Formats: sequence, structure tokens, C-alpha cells
Amino acid sequence: MEDKSEEVKAQKATIVVQSGDMDKLYSALIIANGCLSMGMMVSMFFTFWGLLRLKKGGLEKAPLSKMHYLGLGKWMINRRMKSKNVRSLERLFQDYVDLGGKVLACDMTMEIMGVGPKDLREDLITEYCGVGTYVNEARYSSITLFI
Amino acid sequence: MAEIRIDVMGETCPVPLVEFRKALRKAQEGDVIEIVGTHPSSKKEIPMAVKAMGSELLDISEEGDAWKIRVRK
Repeated sequence: MEDKSEEVKAQKATIVVQSGDMDKLYSALIIANGCLSMGMMVSMFFTFWGLLRLKKGGLEKAPLSKMHYLGLGKWMINRRMKSKNVRSLERLFQDYVDLGGKVLACDMTMEIMGVGPKDLREDLITEYCGVGTYVNEARYSSITLFI
Repeated sequence: MAEIRIDVMGETCPVPLVEFRKALRKAQEGDVIEIVGTHPSSKKEIPMAVKAMGSELLDISEEGDAWKIRVRK
């Protein structure tokens, strides 16, 4: 089954996810899903605080970058989001993978933080790699973001 | 030629686009996809995606807050 978009030499987006904050992960995943939906290819490179969100149960632990207020702010935002039918980070991540998005995990961060593949969401991760892989993805991308 | 229906009524960004894309990926050449929803921006963004992916926009209609878009892959 051929997909026209893949024939039309899809353009590409590469997103570095350095932040582990919930609001920034939302920005990254919504943009990434938007790119895939509009027929682009996407790679997300998770490093530092972003990489920690790939730990098992990590997505739910993401704090708000502002007005977190020991979790109260996050609780309020989550409630608002639910009432407005906004999808969870978990669900958006699943959508991203289902649509063929690539998830690259920074292996140097894993070493620094003492995190092994077994600690991470291996079901989501495409590849463990370093800066070279990121550059090779980014150099052919028309959209590159650092979030 | 199958006809595929997707209902994203009440869903917000980026769900209508994402669900449309999933359906388009699964569809065979010539299949018709009909998507109904209420998210205002998606009414103009789904046609953008259709154009970007070289599919054929058949029809856009509205009824109150709801819109309906038909596309042939």
C-alpha cells in the first residue's frame, strides 16, 4: 500500500527536546504530530531533562515550567485540559509513533544520569544515539527546533 | 473503493489533523474519507494537509458549529 506523501519526497522536521517540562513537551509533541499530519517526516531527539521524560512513568511526572506551585498549578491546568478535550502527553506520544515519527534517545545523557534502556520506554524509542545522528537528521530538515 | 468515516466532534488541536492523517495512511488509492468535526482551525488546516499530500478535496460543508470534509485519496 503506497502512501502518496512518502512518494512526494516528504520534507523533514527535527526537534531537539531538551526540556522536561510538561508545557514544552506539549509544544514539541503537538508540532511534531502536526508535521507528520501535513505529510512531513519527523525526528525528535531527546536529551537531558527531556530524556528523563522517556523513563517509565516519566511523562506523567513532567512539571509545569511556570506556575507549577508544587503541583497545584499543574493539577489546575490538567483539569482545564481535560474539560477542553486535550489529549494526554501519553496519547500524543502514541499518535506520534503510530504516524511514523522517530524517537532518538541521547546516549550520553543516559550515561550521565545512570539510565539504561531497561529504565526507558523502549516501546517508543527508535534509536539510541549521539550528536552525529542528530546532525545527520537536522542537516536535511527544513524545520529544526530546540525545545 | 471504500468510504471511510471519521468523527472528531468536540476534539481539539491536533486531534482532527492526526486522525485524518491516520485514516489517509490506511486508505487505499481512490478511497473516500469523510471527516466531521467542530474544531474551527481544522476546517482550513485539513484542506492544507490534503493539498500537501496530493489528495483530492471533494467537498467542504458546514452546519452550525460543525463541518464536514470529504477527500479522495
